Amino acid sequence: MKQKNVVRHKVKESAGDRAFGIVITMILIILCILCLYPIWYVFCASFTNNTYLVSHPGFLLIPHGFTLGAYKLAFTHPLLLSGYRNTLFILLVSLPLNLILTIFCGYFMSCRGMKLKKPIVALLLFTMFVNAGMIPNYLNIRSLGLYNSLWSLILSGSLSIYNSIICRTAIDAVPDSLSEAAYIDGASDPVILFRIIIPLIKPTLAVLALYYGVQHWNAWFLASIYLKDNEKLPIQNIMRAILIANSNVLNSAAAENDQVNQFAEAIKYSTIVLTTVPVMCIYPFIQKYFVKGVMIGAVKG
Amino acid sequence: MKTSGRSASAAVMKTRPKKLSWRKDWSRNKWKYLMILPVLVWLILFCYKPMYGLVIAFKDYKITRGIEGSSWSHPWYKWFQSFFEDPYFGRVVGNTFILSGLTILFSFPAPIILALMINEVRNSHFKKVVQTITYLPYFISLVVMCALIKTFCMQNGLFNQIGMLFGGSEKNYLAEPQYFRSIYVLSDIWQGIGWNSIIYLAALTGIDMELYEAARVDGANRWQQMVHITFPGLLPTVMILFILRMGNILNVGYEKILLLYNPNIYQVSDVISTYTYRLSFAPSGNQPMYSKSTAIGLFNTAVNVVFLLATNAISRKTTESGLF
Repeated sequence: MKQKNVVRHKVKESAGDRAFGIVITMILIILCILCLYPIWYVFCASFTNNTYLVSHPGFLLIPHGFTLGAYKLAFTHPLLLSGYRNTLFILLVSLPLNLILTIFCGYFMSCRGMKLKKPIVALLLFTMFVNAGMIPNYLNIRSLGLYNSLWSLILSGSLSIYNSIICRTAIDAVPDSLSEAAYIDGASDPVILFRIIIPLIKPTLAVLALYYGVQHWNAWFLASIYLKDNEKLPIQNIMRAILIANSNVLNSAAAENDQVNQFAEAIKYSTIVLTTVPVMCIYPFIQKYFVKGVMIGAVKG
Repeated sequence: MKTSGRSASAAVMKTRPKKLSWRKDWSRNKWKYLMILPVLVWLILFCYKPMYGLVIAFKDYKITRGIEGSSWSHPWYKWFQSFFEDPYFGRVVGNTFILSGLTILFSFPAPIILALMINEVRNSHFKKVVQTITYLPYFISLVVMCALIKTFCMQNGLFNQIGMLFGGSEKNYLAEPQYFRSIYVLSDIWQGIGWNSIIYLAALTGIDMELYEAARVDGANRWQQMVHITFPGLLPTVMILFILRMGNILNVGYEKILLLYNPNIYQVSDVISTYTYRLSFAPSGNQPMYSKSTAIGLFNTAVNVVFLLATNAISRKTTESGLF
């Protein structure tokens, strides 16, 4: 049916319409190149030897003088390793906590008939618009004794109300009759939630896990003010030290190493590849859920 | 008809009593309350407890004395006054509004245009490829993106090579004030254009295909179909997101600015949040000014809330939909 339409349409298409289609295709191709090129540039630069990079920092289409030296160095660097370890720790502890709190919060918001529902939901929503701000949050972390501990990052980022609203919308979309039937059969709330609702909102949960995961993986600001020791910094902060600040965090740790100088420029790109690839590998698997998962929540607002 | 309706509602009233006793509420809903309990504990510890810390905007906060021990500032509006009379007040507030305004003007419509274009693609494979590729930049971390911008902006970097093709001279784009705003906005578009188009693409799936067929029968070409059918179909979504964006008027991407700026271009890149950050965490020779930073943060939140309430009120009047 659909194919037939397309065929008929093609025959009828006027010259102007065809030109319109071609122009749009061209624009999209250019946009795709603009989106891809920086990523490709990094990929090539990470395999390119240092002298070439220093003398030709501009346009790069293929790796020049293929070498894996920068990767070898990146894999053995103590701060990068500790950065990976810290970020992985944060991710592994945070994600289950994020999801369970988000599900509880979303379930509570989607249920009806609790006497305290209105004030509790008001308390939750209020924090979406009013935030204490940078300094009071920082002082709060200090007063809770979390300063210079990875738990400051895990705990302060353990719930996003916005994501809970997406979760609530997904739960709302589950037919009431399912949970009602289970309730009549004597199922309690946890049983209804874990046996019926969670299996049905898996696409949304996958997307929410991606949201939280990307957020933890890419975060650097809070770590830069809540943490003091270099060994505790997550990977993005180490990246920042290498890439942006040209800071002595790295130099002091490996100054005596000749190899570092040899790959100083390329190591930047190999670390970029090593920190970006994990996210890019996961995302295509979750992409198929985007339509089913977030949109419903987002469109219904 | 009328009476039967009323009696039916009366029957409902009888079977479902309006007042639920606390004991019954607990026995019926205890699991729901137990589930929300950890959320509430988190909310109190990490959202509401810090709000108490806002009082230091009205105190001379000393870290050695703590919030309780620090004395009240005199007059109570000392730190607000100090901000309003600050030589940088005009600069940071102005830059915040300008950068925010530019992103509303340019980054906001970009995903709408992309969604309209993707919608015009007939080949479904090409469509999918375009979507996958344009979503990619969203997954690149800010730190990495800013590092790339710095590399490309370097003297003899990529942007210079392109600039020189068009007869420009060699320069470090990030060291010269006139380029910062374009860099900020363009990188914002680059990172968000694909990702933010998802919501519009979703809205497009709701448009009735018969409208297009009817238009085609009437002789409308593809451009006319886009302008008269597709775009109006998107408009409700556009309006909702626009109102939400307006309520965040003072929230610029300060994390990106912190990574990109340098003292050479403070005059165009220093915004409220970066200024408060420097006052507290990178003081130049002075004591960290926690009280003043907090006062500025409070001012920031207050302006945001005013904008949110105002846009919400306008939206309720014009489109009859609002956040509350």
